[in-house]
Amino acid sequence: MHGPETKLATAVVPPPRWRVSPQIHGWLLLLPASVLLATFTHFPAVATIIDSFYSTPKGRRAAVLVGADNYQAMLADPVFWRAVSNNIVYAASVIPLTMALALAMALWVNGRIPGRPFLRLSFFTPTVLPMIAVANIWLFFYAPGYGLLDQMLGALGVPTPNWLGDQHTALICLIAVAVWKDAGFFMIFYLAALQQVSPQLAEAAAIEGASRWYFFRRVTFPLLMPTTLFVLINAIINSFRLIDHVVVMTQGGPDNATALLLFYIYEAGFKFWDTAYAATLTVVLLALLAFFALGQFVVLDRRIHYQ
Amino acid sequence: MGHPTMKWLVSLVGAALLALTSVAAAKDVTLSFYYPVAVGGPIPKIIDGYVADFEKDNPGIAIKAIYAGTYQDTLVKALTALKSGEPPDIAVLLSTDMFTLIDEDAIAPFDDLLRTDDDKAWLKSFYPAFMENSQTGGKTWGIPFQRSTIVMYWNKDAFKAAGLDPDKAPDTWDELVADGKKLVQRDASGNVSRWAVEIPSTSFTYWLFQGLTTANNVRLMNSAGTQTAFDAPGVVGALQFWVDLSSKDKIQPPGVIEWGTTPKDFFEKKTAIMWTSTGNLTNVRKNASFPFGVAMLPAHQGRGSPTGGGNFYFFKKMSDDERAAAFKFVKWMTSPERAADWGIQTGYVAVRPDAWDTAAMKTYIADFPAAAVARDQLKYAVAELSTHDNQRVTKALNDGIQAALAGAKTPQQAMQDAQAEAVRVLRPYQ
Repeated sequence: MHGPETKLATAVVPPPRWRVSPQIHGWLLLLPASVLLATFTHFPAVATIIDSFYSTPKGRRAAVLVGADNYQAMLADPVFWRAVSNNIVYAASVIPLTMALALAMALWVNGRIPGRPFLRLSFFTPTVLPMIAVANIWLFFYAPGYGLLDQMLGALGVPTPNWLGDQHTALICLIAVAVWKDAGFFMIFYLAALQQVSPQLAEAAAIEGASRWYFFRRVTFPLLMPTTLFVLINAIINSFRLIDHVVVMTQGGPDNATALLLFYIYEAGFKFWDTAYAATLTVVLLALLAFFALGQFVVLDRRIHYQ
Repeated sequence: MGHPTMKWLVSLVGAALLALTSVAAAKDVTLSFYYPVAVGGPIPKIIDGYVADFEKDNPGIAIKAIYAGTYQDTLVKALTALKSGEPPDIAVLLSTDMFTLIDEDAIAPFDDLLRTDDDKAWLKSFYPAFMENSQTGGKTWGIPFQRSTIVMYWNKDAFKAAGLDPDKAPDTWDELVADGKKLVQRDASGNVSRWAVEIPSTSFTYWLFQGLTTANNVRLMNSAGTQTAFDAPGVVGALQFWVDLSSKDKIQPPGVIEWGTTPKDFFEKKTAIMWTSTGNLTNVRKNASFPFGVAMLPAHQGRGSPTGGGNFYFFKKMSDDERAAAFKFVKWMTSPERAADWGIQTGYVAVRPDAWDTAAMKTYIADFPAAAVARDQLKYAVAELSTHDNQRVTKALNDGIQAALAGAKTPQQAMQDAQAEAVRVLRPYQ
């Protein structure tokens, strides 16, 4: 905008007396990001670990160092173990089911079929909806008597359980919601990866007489491995991170049958106001996630072929 | 309904305009006021209207009313604000949070504010049942505002179809079971198409349970909030009755019954009777496509329901001037006319007897007698379960009840486990 005047002005300014060394320059560029990361990620994580060795401050009673007391209380807490085992069952079902479904849907909508855009859209819709809304909708799907599920099964004359009110079915119901919610999201990544696969490979395989299953197993699937790793990491994180549906649909009940680890942390922290115990539980969650992340990057990375 | 609504709207717009103009004027005291919304209806609008009216009557005091979400959200916001050094001045929170707030050293009692005879008379003007959850250790920590009880709603058409008197709800446990057996409808293959009764067992499990224990003449805790009696024979008996409704009498759906969908089950005629909060009255009135009745909970050894809902609390970090202004506000908000208006607009039980003598309330009751049932039940009402470390103790009881209802434990075992956990949690407070 200023044009020639500015250029003239800069020409008159004497050169700076001191120069910033490239190292300092680099650190200055990193500063905003590292401040954010340190403030909102590293500091809270360290503070959580420290807090887990103190008692909960209450009113005029300040926090005192209690050593491993919180950890001992945790190991003796049956609800904690219930939450851990629930979370393992939940993750071990949600992760493979979501990924398999995402891949199957991606393979399907990658082919030339009529109405493809609509099919893609309909698979992706659950992702767009907020989890709170999804959980409220599914709450009525599972409603005994007139819920969608009971009406469908009732028409076939099949007796139905009290889906969310029975200890044996409640967690399965939450698993179904999570799979339904996330599969469409992961499908997008698989779809994008599938479109990168060169069509020449398929043509070459066809000339060689390879079956479609053989082609998928030996060509497509290995080529998708980087995407699979990415999806796997996200699926694992989601299975420990998303608890909105627990809050809306069961509040961890009946009798802790659907209590997940993060939900129990929330209860300890913001319902019981036992912040020290919540910090202790958080350390467990942090350790679990760190373990998974390490395992993925160290072990799985070696087996993956990046193009 | 059209005419009064219009009048209310006009006054609301007027109040809003006044509020706008009065913001410009200098205020001596500004108070922040957190409140939750737990029932349907335009609650924030009503509160803003009240606040504007109050500011008009009391120049020099400004109230910053902040809608803070559910009860749980509001408590979380108030306590985290407290921990960061900037608590609200006034908040409406669950009456059962009293011990939690005392233990967090968050709130101040009202007693030293009661200086005149008028003030003392005002404190005595509330229903004693509501004060049970507002006082402990000889001090008053909360002032009743949005309070409720449990009542029984019944579908008159279903009663008629079952050959029962549509205008008479079961008045005892025995009648409930006897009527219930006639009310259950099964199709040709034996599947139930309509249940007789639903007592919800999520979200407020312990609260509904108190509707049964109170009728069985047992109390769940002492008023100091340091002891529970979950394994008392009467408590186990009440739980056995609840379990039997599903497993032995087969008039209630098996397993745990969702609190949120129970009103919908009632509207969909999937259950002939439901127990729920009086706060649902307006909701039921709007959505039931059939004539319905509202009754007190059935009696057994005795009669009664727990109270529920929210109180006004004063946070500690207020100057004397601010406290005096806040006290003025709370007195104004709980005046008979205000209490009556609040009850009519929301479905909450007006918190003092003289509110029911106001002209507005009399007109409302004449048009809708069911609204008076909650009031009549108040003389049998008891305090809602509230102890130190309240949510933990409550969870122990909720888990036990749900385990028994789901058939995982016997009522005896479930209540023994709940009591053991409660004793463990309450040990530091003995």
